[in-house]
Amino acid sequence: MRSVDELKALKEKVLKEMSGRVDNNMPTITVHMGTCGIANGAKDVLTAVVDEIKNKSLTNVTVAQTGCPGICYEEPVVTVAIPGQMPFFYGKVSPEKAKKIVTEHFVNNKSVQDWLLNSDGNSTKEISAINYFKPQKKVALTSCGAINPEIIEEYIAVDGYFALAKALTEMTPLQVIDTMSKSGLRGRGGGGFPTGRKWEFAYNSKGDQKYVVCNADEGDPGAFMDRSVLEGTPHAVIEAMAIAGYAIGANQGYVYVRAEYPVAVANLKTAINQAREMGFLGKNIFGKGFDFDLDIRLGAGAFVCGEETALLASIEGKRGEPRPRPPFPAVSGLWGKPTIINNVETLANVPHIIRNGAEWFSAMGTEKSKGTKVFALAGKINNTGLIEVPMGTTLRTIIYDIGGGIPNGKKFKAAQTGGPSGGCIPAEFLDMEIDYDNLIAMGSMMGSGGMIVMDEDTCMVDIARFFLEFTQEESCGKCPPCRIGTKRMLEILTKITEGKGTHEDIENLEILAKTIKNTALCGLGQTSPNPVLSTLKYFRHEYEAHIYDKKCPSGVCKKLVNYSIIAEKCIGCGLCARNCPVDAISGEVKKPYTIDAEKCIKCGVCIEKCKFGAVVKK
Amino acid sequence: MSCQCECGTCKSPQFELIDRIVETHKDEQGALIPVLHAAQEALGYLPEDVQAYIAEKLNVPLSEVYGVVSFYSLFSIVPKGKYKISVCLGTACYVKGAGEVMAEFEKQLGVKVGQTTEDGHFTLEGCRCLGCCGLAPVLVVNDNIHGRLTTNDVSDIINKYKEIKQ
Repeated sequence: MRSVDELKALKEKVLKEMSGRVDNNMPTITVHMGTCGIANGAKDVLTAVVDEIKNKSLTNVTVAQTGCPGICYEEPVVTVAIPGQMPFFYGKVSPEKAKKIVTEHFVNNKSVQDWLLNSDGNSTKEISAINYFKPQKKVALTSCGAINPEIIEEYIAVDGYFALAKALTEMTPLQVIDTMSKSGLRGRGGGGFPTGRKWEFAYNSKGDQKYVVCNADEGDPGAFMDRSVLEGTPHAVIEAMAIAGYAIGANQGYVYVRAEYPVAVANLKTAINQAREMGFLGKNIFGKGFDFDLDIRLGAGAFVCGEETALLASIEGKRGEPRPRPPFPAVSGLWGKPTIINNVETLANVPHIIRNGAEWFSAMGTEKSKGTKVFALAGKINNTGLIEVPMGTTLRTIIYDIGGGIPNGKKFKAAQTGGPSGGCIPAEFLDMEIDYDNLIAMGSMMGSGGMIVMDEDTCMVDIARFFLEFTQEESCGKCPPCRIGTKRMLEILTKITEGKGTHEDIENLEILAKTIKNTALCGLGQTSPNPVLSTLKYFRHEYEAHIYDKKCPSGVCKKLVNYSIIAEKCIGCGLCARNCPVDAISGEVKKPYTIDAEKCIKCGVCIEKCKFGAVVKK
Repeated sequence: MSCQCECGTCKSPQFELIDRIVETHKDEQGALIPVLHAAQEALGYLPEDVQAYIAEKLNVPLSEVYGVVSFYSLFSIVPKGKYKISVCLGTACYVKGAGEVMAEFEKQLGVKVGQTTEDGHFTLEGCRCLGCCGLAPVLVVNDNIHGRLTTNDVSDIINKYKEIKQ
């Protein structure tokens, strides 16, 4: 790519050639193929679509595939676009359904209203008008699910690489950094450090060689936005890294990505090769004498490598152990050279900010948290998926308007954000606006944006134990507060969940938590007590119930739960007894049965089998 | 893994394979982890003699190679089963019952987490978040993801991959 005019000409050409999704000139059927979609059978759906088109000898239909549109609970998802009509958006598509959709649309010229997600009675509405999408505002996820990530031309058709062109041909590096600073963009990976300032530090650091690193080691359990961005719009990350390289004076970048994300790695590899072929990476980009290239480095299953200094050690081929800061990586990073490390979602915002300007971005969000944030909505919620909302959206909007509330009429108990470094937000804060500072004030943190919803059946002590088990296992072992402290905390929590808690346990947890927070070497250690501290703050009564009453109010901690049969409800069918794996249930037919607590292993089969709700656990 | 003929000059095919892997990465800075990834993908695991050979080829101490191999959970120094069943133990999966699914696999396969069945067909593992939280609980068998699991799905999954054996 030698000039902006060349890029513009290419975009025009692509738009003319492209199918229904961007320019309406040919009917298109799109199968959305993110990892979630594939896991739910999207490949079989795609095969069925192709077969049916062949069977019916249809020639005027394009079949396309894109990344994930973020609506996981409806996967696999198929979109039918017909020139001059509203797009048709189908959810939970099976191969059989897919065949019918093809026949109805392209042979009979009808839609299948019953399966449509964007049906408004007898007609269709904009996809963005679906309740799930209505409160959302897409920036980082704009192209996810809209374009084919394996075709660079489709990215160019939606203005891809125009931000890089603008930066290289119209802006100085300092102007790029200034735009980033004014936009108010903060790091989306955890701490929320202002991106512009980070770039400025690296710009000011002297060095013959500098590096741009993309942190795609998305280790927080419950967060999958980085995977989706890399799978659905890898070119956005490549473009942003090149812009960052230009801004700080680096000509080499690394994407450090988890090996657990094979689709993301494959799409990224394809994208890097295409960008090289087209000259968006390589020598003398846009004829401006700027060289930049990228390499991928795979993680190997160590959570701590999400910490920036550990990540750098891992790229260098060493054990992923963090080191003290300062010096910060912007001064001395990869192989001792000035390095910036940005998270995937942060980078995905960059091209939009350069193209649309700092003011456009800073108009969204709250005073100190600008723009939008992607959340991965999961757990006990009806509509799971990947959502993007303006900063400052309330938890209630996210859980109830977008998420569709809690399944089976259960009560909302808490939302866990920030992964193992974060905390649980209780129902009393449902109307709090979500941004970096409010989350910290509530004892949690933004983290990478995983949001796991918990209902009345989730035990908060058990959740705290789960997270400590995680951090204890993932502690790299370099510093004693984290290595030993998390182990001791886990032991106490395990003791409590087993009904062996004593009254000094809570105090000991608090002392340990404070010590670890103040003395651990890296962010992983310093934040590891957060799940305990926040559950102690808002759900102390659950700890006390475990310790003093030897009860688990949510009925999760097996050693504290007893199964019994309510005599009035039991009709004596004997189904529970026949299914009990340890013969703990006995009785006579047509008379109430009883459970022998000594024999019972609390597996829960009896509750599952009883049709009359006669078995209870307390 | 050494050659049976004991002539001292010919190499076993495994080592020749590692030679080729090292060759493709020789100009990279920090090549150790990419080389280990490639070697494990080709051989299935990283036994001691392979680690020693890689150390020699890359000119790094064996202690450093072993330090890296033992640090990262994806590297293994013992052989794995033909099918690796990794149950996701991320938060969303945990909240939705991954623990029970794991327990059911342990029961039906007769092995504990981290172990391989006697016939070498299955290895049962827990893994960190797969990023498919929308389909929780999920697991992955080699590269195939299965989602929205209940304990009732366990025997179907085992049977599906058992049949491939026959």
